[in-house]
Amino acid sequence: MFRHFFVLQWKSFWRSASLTSGLFMKLFMGFWALWFAFMFALGGVAVFELIKEQFNLDPLETINRFLIYWWVFDLIFRYALQKMPVINIKPLLILPFPKNRIVSFAFGKTIFSFFNIIHAFFFIPFSIILIINGYSAMNVLLWNFGLIALIYSNNFLNIILNKKDNLIFFTGSIFAILGGLHYLGYFDITLYTGPFFQGLYDLPILIFIPIITWVLLVSVSFKSFVKDLYLDAGLAAKSKDVKTENLDWLDRFGKTATFLKNDIKLIKRNKRARSTVLVSILFLFYGLLFFTGAIDAYQGPVWTIFAAIFVTGGFLLSFGQFVPSWDSAYYPLMMSQNIKYKEYLSSKWWLMVIATLISTILASGYLYFGWEVYSAILVASIYNIGVNSHVVLWAGAYVKTPIDLTSNKKAFGDKQAFNTKTLLLSLPKMALPMLLYAIGYYAHSPYAGYALVAVAGVAGFAFKDKVFDKIENIYKSEKYKTISAYKQKN
Amino acid sequence: MIAIHNLIKTYSGKTVLNIGHLEIQKGNSFGLVGNNGAGKTTLFSALLDLIQPTSGYIENNSVKVHESEAWKATTAAFIDETFLIGYLTAEEYFYFIGELRGQNKADVDALLFGFEDFFHGEILGQKKYLRDLSKGNQKKVGIIAALIGNPEVIVLDEPFANLDPTTQIRLKKIIKELSADPEVTVLVSSHDLMHVTEVCERIVVLDKGEVVKDLATSQETLKELEAHFNK
Repeated sequence: MFRHFFVLQWKSFWRSASLTSGLFMKLFMGFWALWFAFMFALGGVAVFELIKEQFNLDPLETINRFLIYWWVFDLIFRYALQKMPVINIKPLLILPFPKNRIVSFAFGKTIFSFFNIIHAFFFIPFSIILIINGYSAMNVLLWNFGLIALIYSNNFLNIILNKKDNLIFFTGSIFAILGGLHYLGYFDITLYTGPFFQGLYDLPILIFIPIITWVLLVSVSFKSFVKDLYLDAGLAAKSKDVKTENLDWLDRFGKTATFLKNDIKLIKRNKRARSTVLVSILFLFYGLLFFTGAIDAYQGPVWTIFAAIFVTGGFLLSFGQFVPSWDSAYYPLMMSQNIKYKEYLSSKWWLMVIATLISTILASGYLYFGWEVYSAILVASIYNIGVNSHVVLWAGAYVKTPIDLTSNKKAFGDKQAFNTKTLLLSLPKMALPMLLYAIGYYAHSPYAGYALVAVAGVAGFAFKDKVFDKIENIYKSEKYKTISAYKQKN
Repeated sequence: MIAIHNLIKTYSGKTVLNIGHLEIQKGNSFGLVGNNGAGKTTLFSALLDLIQPTSGYIENNSVKVHESEAWKATTAAFIDETFLIGYLTAEEYFYFIGELRGQNKADVDALLFGFEDFFHGEILGQKKYLRDLSKGNQKKVGIIAALIGNPEVIVLDEPFANLDPTTQIRLKKIIKELSADPEVTVLVSSHDLMHVTEVCERIVVLDKGEVVKDLATSQETLKELEAHFNK
């Protein structure tokens, strides 16, 4: 029976419409997984000596003290990143599979998840070193079993938490408060949890606690999943009451307003589009890495501009690169309406310009690092509005990946557009302003560099109509290809 | 008037559409029937310039659809859910289409008022996005949206599918009223022979991409069609 599920999984991967780009992403993720595994193993080897030599503490006890945080962070990371076991359940429901089997298979898949395996890379080397250093092998082994049970408890706890939206925030904030109290020295949770983890080593009988927890969590999550295998329960799409919105005040934008109103609703009402707003907020803080001197490699003068482009252009870059894919779900409608491409494009352009202006204002916090840093942000903003806004739209015209608006899955690191054209077009986005700045900086002074970038930005305005015409032609010549590409669902 | 000239569409060597010559007169109500894969949706998609014919062309109101976009102002269509914007409410969607077709809110409201019967209280004021409506209700929205802005050519692909019996009867009435207007050409495809014979003045049968029958609807048409499909 499991063979059937396996074959289904296998086919759904190899036959998916986006196989090649999916493969690329898999390789990319694989690289990161290996990197993490390596770092964890390195940590497992080094931490014993580090604690012993540097702090003169007992390594096992110290690790045990902090294991509660390890465990909580594991849970939070899982919640954010670990994908829920999804198999295409609906068509299986009426086939002669027992429901238990379906759930077992879905759960079984998670056992081999990266989030479970990764811990072994830390704890196995650490345990080996413990044993070499005279700790009782039997007890170390039991300690490990206890930890494995706890890690897998997390696995199933995450499955349960994922179904309830607010629980994780509750758990997360409790531990944020506990961590804060610990840091400030008011209350130290590790004094209470440390002995428990230490107990897993000292008192073999304690191992039953994590194992019983684990078994309980497995059976609770299993039961709730089996119970929810109904179209109107766990498999139902959630829908909320919504209101019709007017947004009439946007009518002052003239013809563009028709699309602008739609785009604003697009961003407000779709998970996937909302996450671009989140990304742009994250990018606002990206500059901190550069301006605080946190990373040595980023100290060259041209990196200031690089950072500033991202600080002000987070939305522009993450939203703009997917125009017109945002409208992929109803592209045939757009193509059969009497639409002026220019109005359609300028709506997206206005959105990006407004977002860039808002980012620039919000980024005024960087004034803390001095006028020079903020001038970099100002000129980067001008460059973003004048040049990059056109370039991303232009590059976007070649992107033919349909976007599933309702799902957030691929928001980070979408397999978008790894084609040569978009890659080439990304050069002027980043490299050109850095180059311009470098020329000015080394030939004269930082301010000459800023001036050059700003002039390039202002000059970019002159080409707006030209670029829009060009994009319009791309849209027209690629129309049929785009429509058929958007039909391919993942 | 719509004229199809030597239209051929092939996908990797397989011809899915091959129509030598077909004219649809203005004001006509035109029905397209055929089994799955006969090329009905392909023909409508080509008429809307959503796919590129391998050879030949279609003229809509003397405009070659792949050369100029002038036909778009007078043509409206509902093919499938890709003509709906899932994250809008029904009202927002109607107003959006209205704006694209040069109709203000009052115009759209006036039009919608006439279809309250058809909506059966399940469309307007529903506090739901279109993506959360049932298939049948989505279809109602799409069909009525295709009537906004007084289009002269209305293309409806399988409008009767997924609709409940009451709505089917109301839709037939709507289509009949539309085709009574000499300015309006209605193109409908369907698997339901009864419905098409009832609402269409002319019925064309497609089979494997080719026109195999072209009938002016009469008393005998239904029988003839049934005989054809019962082979």
